Amino acid sequence: MYEFFKTLDRRWIFLLMALAVATPILLELQFPEEATGLAQAVFDEIDKLEEGDPVLLAFDFDPASEGELGPMATAFTRHCCEKKLKMYFMALWPVGPQMVDDAINKVIRADFPTLIYGQDYVNLGFKSGNEGVIKVIVTDLRGLYTTDDRGTNINEIPMMKGINSVQDFKLVINVSAGYAGTKEWVQYAATPYPEKIRLVAGCTGVQAPLLYPYIPEQLPGLLGAIKGAAEYEKLVIEKYGGTDPDPKYLEGIRRMGPQLIAHLLMIALIIAGNIIFFIEKSRERR
Amino acid sequence: MKRETKIWIVVLALAGVWLIYRAVTVGMGSDYVSITDGRAAPASAWDALTGQGQWSLSRTIGVWVAAFFTLSIFSFLYKDNPFYKLAESVVVGVSAAYWMVVGFWTVLVPNLIAKLYPPAIQTWAMPGLSREHEEFWFTYLIPLVLAIMLLWRLSPRGAWIARWPLAFIIGTTAGIRLVGFIHADFLSQIRNSVLSLVEYDQIDGFDFWKSFNNALLIIGVLCCLVYFFFSFEHKGLVGKTARLGIGFLMITFGAAFGYTVMGRIALLAIRLEFLFNDWLWLIDPTGKRIAENVSAIMPALGG
Repeated sequence: MYEFFKTLDRRWIFLLMALAVATPILLELQFPEEATGLAQAVFDEIDKLEEGDPVLLAFDFDPASEGELGPMATAFTRHCCEKKLKMYFMALWPVGPQMVDDAINKVIRADFPTLIYGQDYVNLGFKSGNEGVIKVIVTDLRGLYTTDDRGTNINEIPMMKGINSVQDFKLVINVSAGYAGTKEWVQYAATPYPEKIRLVAGCTGVQAPLLYPYIPEQLPGLLGAIKGAAEYEKLVIEKYGGTDPDPKYLEGIRRMGPQLIAHLLMIALIIAGNIIFFIEKSRERR
Repeated sequence: MKRETKIWIVVLALAGVWLIYRAVTVGMGSDYVSITDGRAAPASAWDALTGQGQWSLSRTIGVWVAAFFTLSIFSFLYKDNPFYKLAESVVVGVSAAYWMVVGFWTVLVPNLIAKLYPPAIQTWAMPGLSREHEEFWFTYLIPLVLAIMLLWRLSPRGAWIARWPLAFIIGTTAGIRLVGFIHADFLSQIRNSVLSLVEYDQIDGFDFWKSFNNALLIIGVLCCLVYFFFSFEHKGLVGKTARLGIGFLMITFGAAFGYTVMGRIALLAIRLEFLFNDWLWLIDPTGKRIAENVSAIMPALGG
């Protein structure tokens, strides 16, 4: 048995992992979610805003991390729509505008068709320059954004009246897949202007541990990976979902099924690996 | 021919037959759009059934191409092969081309050419742009000159000229990032670590868990700092504190690893969900197809 495990071809482990992830997807397994403090903090920051408050939604991710961040982006957009907030979308990643369009099509056009582009929501599009963009727009948004994503002059967009910098937004919501993302928003927006700029974020699992030190002073709330998305979805659905929520607002919760089974497999593999390691060590000593 | 190759040929042939059967009978892999005000938006098979959407050739091809490349990338887990190489090359090529186009339309056009020649750009590319020059518009000649100097690197003579703009880029980037890190990651983190060891709740009085949390955070910070303090030999009290610091660091690395695993599993899950849902039509988690109805009228939809 020991020899079998010691020389086990790693492709069997790949196959096991594929089965562990595929089975819950095919069986559509779902497990109950409980919101933790961080997800609750994100929800509260948005929920306490008043109708018509301007909110900046920075979608700094691309299709490569859509699986993790797409559910958050959908839930954030839905929450803002339910609260009747003015939504200003932007992106620091070149494919970000497509992610914004995706959220607009999925949520606003499908379920909130009465919201009007330019009056209730606007897509400011992508700007290159990473943290340089944040550094400029925290004091002068119009210096960088002369048109929206469709090429319309920013002065002709009704909801841009009175918006001159990021400090004019009641809240900044960032969905981040890496550089430039939440870290840069903390460094160049939330930290220099703690009284003026409130920031909450959703990020990939890889980033989450790096952002924890900013909580709660510089970053009041954070959704870490798909788990954070599932918790936040639960809170939004509980308050606004009704009795029969649309399955598209439950993507995060649905994707936690494969997580559970795959994590159990990972734990089993780590234990098995350690047992083999210690057996090998004791045999070497002999 | 090797036995392994023969087995793979048979497996792939059977899979191909099954795919063709499913595509013809169920319409698997089809995709739909709805057209509103001349703008196409994603639609479902159910929308097509109810007359609100239509079958899309380009999006259907997109689904099949995406499925092919997903499987090609996965095939590397078995062993390196030409399908993986093809997919890898396509990703690199497409990404490079995409970056070039995005760079031209989102950087050069609006940030440079539009500042120098606004009427021309307003007529040609950005109708929403003002035709008037900004105040001090001529300062944009500086980045133009720097850009030309940077491209001088391609010239056989005078490649050293490119060092000047490069030095400018490195200097400004270092300056911007230095300020950001000192403010947000150094000074603010020191302030965030100065916590009260005894916390009180307005209603319940002494808050044990918050106080414990603060104490743990302070002990963790101090122990980790001692571990990186090399002016004293790690012996006695310093050694024990440093060992505790290693413990805290290991927990941090473990948490980071756990989060990374979660992220990677989520990425695998979304690709498998794409294959099972959008391509193979084995599941319907969002209810966008009512499978039995759709398959019944699929020939009429053109799928």
